[in-house]
Amino acid sequence: MANIISDETMEYVAILAKLELSEEERRQAKQDMEKMLDYIDQLNELDTSGVEPMSHVLPVQNVFREDVVTNGDERDKILKNAPEEKNGAFVVPKTVE
Amino acid sequence: MELLELSALELGRRIRAGEISAVEAVQASLSRIKEVEKDVHAYVTVDEEGALTRAREVQKQIADGTLNGPLAGVPAAVKDNICTAGLLTTCGSKILGNFVPAYSAQAVESLERAGVIVLGKTNMDEFAMGSTTETSAWGVTRNPHNLAHVPGGSSGGSCAAVAAKECFFALGSDTGGSIRQPSSFCGVTGLKPTYGTVSRYGLVAYGSSLDQIGPIAKNVGDCAAILEILAGRDEKDSTSVARADGRFTEALTDDVRGLRVGIPGDYLGEGLDGEVRAAVLKAADVLKEKGASVEEFDLSLTEYAIPAYYTIASAEASSNLSRFDGVKYGYRTKEFDGLHQMYKRSRSEGFGPEVKRRIMLGSFVLSSGYYDAYYLKALRTKALIRQAFDRAFEKYDVILGPVAPTTAPKLGESLSDPLKMYLGDIYTISANLAGIPGISVPCGTDSKGLPIGVQLLGDCFKEKNILRAAYSYERGRADTASDPAKKAVE
Repeated sequence: MANIISDETMEYVAILAKLELSEEERRQAKQDMEKMLDYIDQLNELDTSGVEPMSHVLPVQNVFREDVVTNGDERDKILKNAPEEKNGAFVVPKTVE
Repeated sequence: MELLELSALELGRRIRAGEISAVEAVQASLSRIKEVEKDVHAYVTVDEEGALTRAREVQKQIADGTLNGPLAGVPAAVKDNICTAGLLTTCGSKILGNFVPAYSAQAVESLERAGVIVLGKTNMDEFAMGSTTETSAWGVTRNPHNLAHVPGGSSGGSCAAVAAKECFFALGSDTGGSIRQPSSFCGVTGLKPTYGTVSRYGLVAYGSSLDQIGPIAKNVGDCAAILEILAGRDEKDSTSVARADGRFTEALTDDVRGLRVGIPGDYLGEGLDGEVRAAVLKAADVLKEKGASVEEFDLSLTEYAIPAYYTIASAEASSNLSRFDGVKYGYRTKEFDGLHQMYKRSRSEGFGPEVKRRIMLGSFVLSSGYYDAYYLKALRTKALIRQAFDRAFEKYDVILGPVAPTTAPKLGESLSDPLKMYLGDIYTISANLAGIPGISVPCGTDSKGLPIGVQLLGDCFKEKNILRAAYSYERGRADTASDPAKKAVE
């Protein structure tokens, strides 16, 4: 069964992905995704009823530690990577009106 | 130059014996880099000054006995998605084009503590997404065995650097085959450890449940020695595991008597190149002659590994890569109106096409309404694949097969059809889903002179089984066949 993704779904996924695609990119992305989903659909040939989803292959458990600071003050090194900084803080566009 | 031919362990031995200094070793690597980089382009960043300074320090510490490990003074390269304090770490992406980490990955710290000298950072597919190293924002890396061909990927730069003798070993990362496949294409030896063996702290995440750092080297012995340094529990990665059996070099014995080797018939079928098939089966014969039992069996579910993998890896990537938003580091777009447009434009301009393709797919399979049908279905498939390996390892100590269906394709042939490129991962991807270790060892060349690798897979935490088999094979191969690791660019 060939997957058809609507323009609305593509728009919605782009919002989730925080990507702004050009018209051409969007057309290509839609085509690529439909093709991939057709391929992924082979998984439906497998009977997985009663099989638990496996997120990790090894047992993972929550690990607790004391809440103490172990790293030094690296503010300046970290801020050096900032696209924009001012007075020891990251500068971002206005976020609340 | 003879020095550059040495294995990492042999170089380390000569440095300890005072026959060569760490500074000389670094200088030799740096002049080799100058000689071949214009053709190979394995590196994104070469830290000439830093490496020489560090070499002088290390040499002093070797002389005064502070450093006495097997790899002290050995120059190495690090894949560009593994953080190095003070040294550019770009992940092959424009979005991290100017990123200088404030800290080093645990794996890098472990190497440095052992006296290894970092020469620089190696090229890779953008965010490790790709199988050819052609999706890097900094241009392609070429296969040192034939410059018209790709080195494989995503750790293509690391493997090419080892093959072209631009370093004595390198670190790579493997999410779906990214150490093993380029090792196979470049005629070097690459090991993906059991999930959790090497700390992922400081490895820029792609698919967190699948990613592992591992060694890429000239031979099996070097891989074992490097893994000994890398392996261990790290508090900063809660999925890392304390290994009680961490003396991996103990497994380097030329003895496979009684070892049970299984070859999945599913790995020898349609799509596998005839020359690759023949070379891999010849490798199996070497083990058989040395006393291993070898038989074919049916692993099953092989064809479902790729769709399950691309669903899971893309889902995790879409989440992991949400941190690149133009706020704290990396690229920020020049013109925008408000916060959301800044996010979207920074990401859209900063990421390349393959990364965007996977983020879109990942966002889709995690979105409400599709989560159960795609993401959870893939995780259930993963459980079945794990069970198939559990059954196989009841009967066999080692699973032997090809690394990739073909040898290295020509540059420019792969990216036009992503799905076709993904199919090339068929023999490597299951190991990441099942968490098991795998090694690629050179086993010959095809009629075009391109290297072929044989893959040995073991059960979780059974690196020693595959190291023993790989080492024995390597010793047997030296008697009989070509050693592709020796023939790269002149």
